Amino acid sequence: MKPTTLIKIAGKSITKNKMRSLLTMLGIIIGVGAVIVMVAIGLGAQQQIQQQINQLGTNLIVITPGSSNQGGVSRGAGTFNRLKIEDWEKLQREGQLLSGVSPVIITRTQAVGGSGNWRTTINGVATSYPLIRDWNMASGVFFDQSDIRGIKKVAVLGATVAENLFQGQDAVGQTIRLRNVPFQIIGVLEKKGQTADGADQDDVVLAPYTTVQNRLSGWTFIAQILASTGSPADIPAAQEEIRLIMRESHKIAQYDEDDFTIRNQTDLADAAQGTTEVMTLLLAAIAGISLLVGGIGIMNIMLVSVTERTREIGIRMAIGARGGDVLTQFLVESIVMSLIGGAIGVFIGFSGAKAVAHFTGWNTAISPTTVMVALVFSACVGIFFGFYPARKAAALNPIEALRYE
Amino acid sequence: MKDSNIVIQTSGLQKVYTMGTTEVKALAGVDFTVTDGEMVAIMGASGSGKSTLMNILGCLDYPTSGEYYLDGLRVDKMSKSDLAVVRNQKIGFIFQGFNLLARTSALENVELPMLYDRSGKKQNTKQKAIESLKRVGLGERIDHEPSELSGGQQQRVAIARALVTDPALLLADEPTGNLDSRTTIEVMALFQELNDAGMTVLIVTHENDVAEFAKRIVELRDGRIIRDEPVVDRHDAKLALKKFVDQQSVLV
Ligand SMILES: Nc1ncnc2c1ncn2[C@@H]1O[C@H](COP(=O)(O)OP(=O)(O)O)[C@@H](O)[C@H]1O
Ligand SMILES: [Mg+2]
Repeated sequence: MKPTTLIKIAGKSITKNKMRSLLTMLGIIIGVGAVIVMVAIGLGAQQQIQQQINQLGTNLIVITPGSSNQGGVSRGAGTFNRLKIEDWEKLQREGQLLSGVSPVIITRTQAVGGSGNWRTTINGVATSYPLIRDWNMASGVFFDQSDIRGIKKVAVLGATVAENLFQGQDAVGQTIRLRNVPFQIIGVLEKKGQTADGADQDDVVLAPYTTVQNRLSGWTFIAQILASTGSPADIPAAQEEIRLIMRESHKIAQYDEDDFTIRNQTDLADAAQGTTEVMTLLLAAIAGISLLVGGIGIMNIMLVSVTERTREIGIRMAIGARGGDVLTQFLVESIVMSLIGGAIGVFIGFSGAKAVAHFTGWNTAISPTTVMVALVFSACVGIFFGFYPARKAAALNPIEALRYE
Repeated sequence: MKDSNIVIQTSGLQKVYTMGTTEVKALAGVDFTVTDGEMVAIMGASGSGKSTLMNILGCLDYPTSGEYYLDGLRVDKMSKSDLAVVRNQKIGFIFQGFNLLARTSALENVELPMLYDRSGKKQNTKQKAIESLKRVGLGERIDHEPSELSGGQQQRVAIARALVTDPALLLADEPTGNLDSRTTIEVMALFQELNDAGMTVLIVTHENDVAEFAKRIVELRDGRIIRDEPVVDRHDAKLALKKFVDQQSVLV
């Protein structure tokens, strides 16, 4: 039979029973739609991270406790070789290439003041912190060396904390209580936005590290030491310098491994990028499974329709259709349905990705590759899952098929 | 070895159905010859093997043993797909239950056999289908689906479908079994008309009245031919129809 005739027969068969065809296609529609939406979310996230990386300064260096060789990007959990204030002091003294060094002591607590309370992160840092982070003041001032030496109870608020506690009012000069200790607010930071991981960088209260260590009850430790260089070109040399100073400070023997990890902004970005790549793959896998389920749905309905259409097959055979004709008819039917379903799925995927972007504010990105892959895949699903029912139909004996009620 | 005017020739045709351990001999050696232009009625009680014979003659099924030549071609050992071609080219099969494709117009139903035609004769399928429908008296209503047609009209569509490929042979298994007596006579008139035009026709029936429209009656019992004779006083279906109509009007 001519291909056009086959497609005509298949087309008639599909339009003749619209409900059945729609049900058959539904799995593919949802599957392809899901693949496109999910991959669009994943790719969008990757793009967004890329943008954030491009915005970030590239001369930031982060020192965290724990060897980097222990399970890749270790955060130092479970290792007790902590970072100490002495490490920071030594870096401060001996680091030739560093434009600034600051410890970051992290603790979480309730900040009470202004109109209510707000659970946030307290970072105990040194005076060089705004320079290292390239972070300007929105109002007020940052604390200085005398505040640190004097263990003064002063605090600088991130934009989010300021907004939540003092909606619109000027926070500078007000008081907040952290673990029942009153702190005087001397400044508010400019808004900085989210990190690549989606964390709100403005949801923070900065205070002198000495004050956080000594005035706030509870367990505190130095989560990281931040350093910066004058120019991005200095980073490799600066990292090496930090390494030597830290090894000396931690008294590490010549052939022993580092018990700390030094990363620059690019490393961090790579890690985040890796995470989103994994996430994209994961999303694609989930969506792929739904496509597979859609395929099985096609097979089910095709199988049911072979049974339901046994008489039709018998009639076609009685007037001269060969087994091969019936096989091709069923195959073409399932491929045509898969492709139509795939096309509708692409359309729904596009709209879905737009809707997701609209309602969540996430970045979504549709690549032509995704669309191609989804379409080719749905055609394959059609062939693969259409084949078994088609073969079943073709193997029917005309008399038995005709006798079927 | 074959006369050119022999359409069907079978010898020792047997068909055994095996169901588990029991065997049913539906055909027990049928020797049967039909020449061009005949109109044969195949009779017999229910279960005597009429349908079994028709299915084999119609190349829908294989005999268990014996030989079958159709139009000079040995078909009992042909492959399934070759048989499909034979069904498409040489045979028009008409069923008791019409067997039209549902949700498909009369025209498309009649076009269908030409879609499976590989011989290249399938130009103007629509035109041929319309002609075939006109031939059976269905000039109008060709866009109607089977569910919108009466039984007689459906059977006419089925006959048009059987005719459309110019087969050597029309086979009809109880074609009037689902029709009322008037429509039965109408359909038989159509068969007589086709036969008069040269078509070879085989009709299975268990009604004497119907069989008498044929030129020859073959009777089966237990899978064997027990009677094979010409019809002495052949009924003319057109006359019968006129008589029938007159009777009706008297009754009314
Ligand atoms: N598919 C089948 N399987 C088993 N037995 C069958 C089958 N078809 C017909 N038979 C048997 O073969 C015999 C002849 O059947 P059939 O040709 O249908 O008779 P008729 O058409 O004359 O009523 C019957 O005894 C019937 O039960
Ligand atoms: Mg029968």
